[in-house]
Amino acid sequence: MSKSHQKDSGGDNGFSRRSFLKGVGTGVISTAVLPGVVSAGKYAEKIQSPQEWVTSDAITLNVNGENRRVTVESRATLVSVLRNELNLTGTKNGCGTGECGACTVLIDGEPAYSCLTLAMDAVGRKIVTIEGLAENGQLSPVQQAFLEYDGYQCGYCTPGQIMAAEGLLAKNPNPSTEEIKRGMSGNLCRCAAYQHIFISVAEAAKKGGR
Amino acid sequence: MKNFAFVRARSVKEAVLSLGTDWNEAAVMGGGTDLIGEMKNYVHTPNKVVNLRAVPDLKYIKQDGNLIKIGALTSIAAVETDTLIKSNFAALSKAASLVASPQLRNMGTIAGNICQRPRCWYYRDSGIECLRKGGRLCYAMVGENKYHAVLGGLGCYIVHPSDTAVSFTAFDAKIKIAHPDGEKEVNIEEFFVLPEDDLNRENILKPNEIVTEISVPIPENGTKSTFIKVQERGVWDFAVAGVAVSLKLDGNRCDKARIVLGAAAPIPWRSLDAEKELEGRTINEETAQRAADASVYNNMPMTGNAYKVQLFKNIVKRAILELV
Repeated sequence: MSKSHQKDSGGDNGFSRRSFLKGVGTGVISTAVLPGVVSAGKYAEKIQSPQEWVTSDAITLNVNGENRRVTVESRATLVSVLRNELNLTGTKNGCGTGECGACTVLIDGEPAYSCLTLAMDAVGRKIVTIEGLAENGQLSPVQQAFLEYDGYQCGYCTPGQIMAAEGLLAKNPNPSTEEIKRGMSGNLCRCAAYQHIFISVAEAAKKGGR
Repeated sequence: MKNFAFVRARSVKEAVLSLGTDWNEAAVMGGGTDLIGEMKNYVHTPNKVVNLRAVPDLKYIKQDGNLIKIGALTSIAAVETDTLIKSNFAALSKAASLVASPQLRNMGTIAGNICQRPRCWYYRDSGIECLRKGGRLCYAMVGENKYHAVLGGLGCYIVHPSDTAVSFTAFDAKIKIAHPDGEKEVNIEEFFVLPEDDLNRENILKPNEIVTEISVPIPENGTKSTFIKVQERGVWDFAVAGVAVSLKLDGNRCDKARIVLGAAAPIPWRSLDAEKELEGRTINEETAQRAADASVYNNMPMTGNAYKVQLFKNIVKRAILELV
């Protein structure tokens, strides 16, 4: 298999540094025909034959309101494509297993883990990343609140925290403290800045959230 | 993860036909949150993933006569917040609200939730050929088994990880299954299988079958239900122990009881012994305790999970008393 496999495989193989990837990123993407038999019977015409199976494809992703054309392997996760192909490195790849929340983006308005979303599966859906929040250089109320109320310490989890808060406030503009805790429960902060995160979300809600 | 062919099924028929008859060859993807985890860990390395997102009409919660029908691709978050479900099936709404995290409830589908694979750490380790994966040993028997089964394990000691499946069992749900020749419907208790019946799978689905709908009969008047989940973390954790209790009450007298344990056994564990202790009796501290003690009848704890037996007794009692 070509080097492009390492590039898109969701960062679980140790080759996750962007600089390294830029160096090898021009590998030809293979469309290997995988072995396999489909028993189709009378429905044969409806089923893709193994020769038609797509192991990589040019897809269009709608990210922050823009259609972006990109060629990806089937196994490419959304976070790896956002970061490595579209240079949207605000979204962070943390645990890679849907436990830490650093990769949170909005998909069709709802917070989702981009490390457990295949790029192929995000086609036709509206993706918003941290880069898509500010308008005309003006931070969103949630971003502004995180800044003003120190809703972070090291900052690595912050883009995911902010996206989770955006999703929460879009659905529930006036959350109680309990609802904020619950709404933010899919995002870990290893610095444990939780109190300030909760205050930031509450303050953002007061200012109209989103 | 290993690369694979990505197939966008446009109909249920196309999905089941594309899946074929070999588990190792193809996998079905609803929300993908469990499957991608398995593929990243190389526990499952299919050559083809059949994605259901483009299949129309599998996302709904609707009333049809005496039934509430839930489409397979309905998100767990939708089940959690739906008013029809809240008013009829409190234990289901509560179970859904306790699944994982907000993100995963948005992403995960209800059919995927009841069909998720076990969390046993030996099963999830691609370097370990455990019994469930076709090997010759259950490593939990002599290894770390803190979260493993205290009931129903025979050979393999996984616990079923789904919270919603526990509540669905308490409401006598039916599972609709599509296969290449059509569809069929089974009671949820016939859907899940113990290791003694199939060591490698948790349910009756064949490689080319998918769940398309879960339908739940609206309970008789006077029915109340609740769900309790014990987690090591307050949120985003699989159950250490769970229970769904549904009682048809006449005052404090129990006419009909359903008591189902989660994370106790390789399937949602309906405790007939506990139900018998309640039916026809007035619910009070004493009868609730008797049912709680009976709920884990015949338990066989392992080296590290005997604590769960007492835990189940406690939450069964608490759940019963919560309803009167």
